[in-house]
Amino acid sequence: MSTEAPPGRDEGLFDYAARPPRLPDPIDDRLDEAEIPREVRLGLYRTQQVLRQFEKRAYDLFMQNLVKGTSHLSLGMEAVAAGFAGAMRPDDYTFATYRGHAHTLARGAAMEAVMAELLGKENGLLGGKGGSMHLTSVEHGMMGSYAIIGAHLCIANGAAWSAQMRGTDQVAVCFFGDGTTNIGAFHEALNMAAVWELPVVFVCENNLYMEYTPIDLTTSVPHPAADRAAAYGLERILIDGNDADAVYLTASRVIQRARSGGGPSLVEAVTYRHGGHSRADPGKYRPADEVEAWLERDPIPAYHRRMLRVGVDEGELVEISRDVAQAVDEATEAAKAGVPPHPDAVYADVWADGGWEWRN
Amino acid sequence: MADLTVARALTDALDIALADPAVVLLGEDVGATGGVFRVSDGLREAHGPDRVIDTPVAESGIVGAAFGMAVAGMRPIAEIQFMGFSYPALDQVINHVGRVRNRSRHRFTAPLVIRIPYGAGIGAAEHHSESAEAIYTHIPGLKVVVPSTPHDAKGLLLAAVADDDPVIFLEPIRLYRAVRAEVPEGPFTVPIGAARLVVGGEDVTVVAYGAMVREAEAAAAELAASGTSVEVIDLRSLVPWDVEAVVESVRRTGRAVIVHEAPRTTGFGAEIVATIQEHALYSLRAPIERVTGWDTVVPLRRAEHHYVPTRAAIAAAVVRAMEG
Repeated sequence: MSTEAPPGRDEGLFDYAARPPRLPDPIDDRLDEAEIPREVRLGLYRTQQVLRQFEKRAYDLFMQNLVKGTSHLSLGMEAVAAGFAGAMRPDDYTFATYRGHAHTLARGAAMEAVMAELLGKENGLLGGKGGSMHLTSVEHGMMGSYAIIGAHLCIANGAAWSAQMRGTDQVAVCFFGDGTTNIGAFHEALNMAAVWELPVVFVCENNLYMEYTPIDLTTSVPHPAADRAAAYGLERILIDGNDADAVYLTASRVIQRARSGGGPSLVEAVTYRHGGHSRADPGKYRPADEVEAWLERDPIPAYHRRMLRVGVDEGELVEISRDVAQAVDEATEAAKAGVPPHPDAVYADVWADGGWEWRN
Repeated sequence: MADLTVARALTDALDIALADPAVVLLGEDVGATGGVFRVSDGLREAHGPDRVIDTPVAESGIVGAAFGMAVAGMRPIAEIQFMGFSYPALDQVINHVGRVRNRSRHRFTAPLVIRIPYGAGIGAAEHHSESAEAIYTHIPGLKVVVPSTPHDAKGLLLAAVADDDPVIFLEPIRLYRAVRAEVPEGPFTVPIGAARLVVGGEDVTVVAYGAMVREAEAAAAELAASGTSVEVIDLRSLVPWDVEAVVESVRRTGRAVIVHEAPRTTGFGAEIVATIQEHALYSLRAPIERVTGWDTVVPLRRAEHHYVPTRAAIAAAVVRAMEG
């Protein structure tokens, strides 16, 4: 991808869709030769299938107005979640944003529980009370989806700090979008992580748009995270976020660094949303040829082709895909069959005693 | 028993709390210099720089890290230097700290304490002198505690550290070194949510907290000389607050005066007034009086006494209530 200065700002050109497209780099076929075990690659393939098929179904359910509250999909960005989750240990911590379905599922949360949560049902992950933007699954190390930009980078530091002080070798991985790099908490968190050499990995999923605005129009450097790593004394890491192998290899390296006391990392994974920011957004501000080029660079067919090149049988891949499709169907039916939250849910879970009453 | 100021009672409590390896203290200058009010004096030496942590000036970073520690198994204590400096961390406190139980369907708890020196006292105006407790009392999921004596400072801080819910611990700046009193040695707690009867009386109930308790007590002493019997209640904690103690008192006296240093409009006093009217309306013999700071910005030292409620203003309110 080009790293030239963004056009448009100086010219007063604010028709974003008329801007020159930001095109993806071609896939790096050399990664075919990477030393990644076959089982790991099959796992990455399956996880990407889960994320893709789940979210396509979630999109269909939005269109039927069955999903309550807003929702933000990661369609097109699956390789980042799959590659990192594949490199994490079960007791590691994930912190994500409101665009958190993929990260929650990639850590192993049940599709039924996530789907039911999107539908606001009692059998949802959060009892139907939290919805799409707040997915949390303690059992899977999914420490929460944070819908306020930047805050969770500081919080991930705390979890990592706790692991450091308790003498465990757990690692916290914190995902966020390109827009987050321009908020104060990003700087506060990166600085503190670097000073205390915390076992935390910050992952910028740069999908090129801060909600509706091209990130380069509002950012002082071409690569919002990678170009700032030096400010915290960290390595510049810029990877192809649409290649699960590239993500997995980098994730393994930086997680191992954190686990062994080597301190934090900041990774920028360049990727692209197939759809808009949220369900209210058709994404019309993006140049048509840019969208087309990135759709052709879809991480999942690309990974399918790689699997064939490295000798995996097509039938095996088709079987994985079918398994996942069936699981998504079952999850959808179970979610639809769920009931709305009981009225008591409104009054629960404020205090340590489980309730909301504080008057004696 | 030891003869301690509020500041030293807090140091003592922190020292005891830090014996638990899950507890850490972090904030700006809390380590090497012992904090802006020297409350953590000597604790870095006693417990090590990994447990008493000098952080950057980055309030969201401090409170966010403390919150992350809390959900990952620790019991951190964060210090913010002044009330006005706590606002950069409000995103963490409002959006995340208070909500984590609800958001995680009770799987996560956030046992952290955020200590904030607050209120007038050093005459530095605005951020260094204001009382914004109502911002915190309005947020579901937070407890808010305000000690006014050395004994309660120690006992409430230890209760706050032991509490499984997040506690905003407000330390009245003016009281840090204003009084000395006997404080039991070793660990003890004062229950959060229980008011303290400062002086018993029959004619009027004065409800106060923080630095206003001493002013109320002084006003009560003056009025006693002229024959008015004033009961003074120190709330000690605002969330939860001791409704029963206040209502019981007002049912007896039939008159109430609420005192706080914070601005009047939507101040915590309004909540107290509303609650008294819900529970004891027919006991009231006069309109409830409020003695508060103004709906303005706290001024610099030479004008500060025009802002903060005085014992004379409290006494005048009691007289109005008696005439009501």
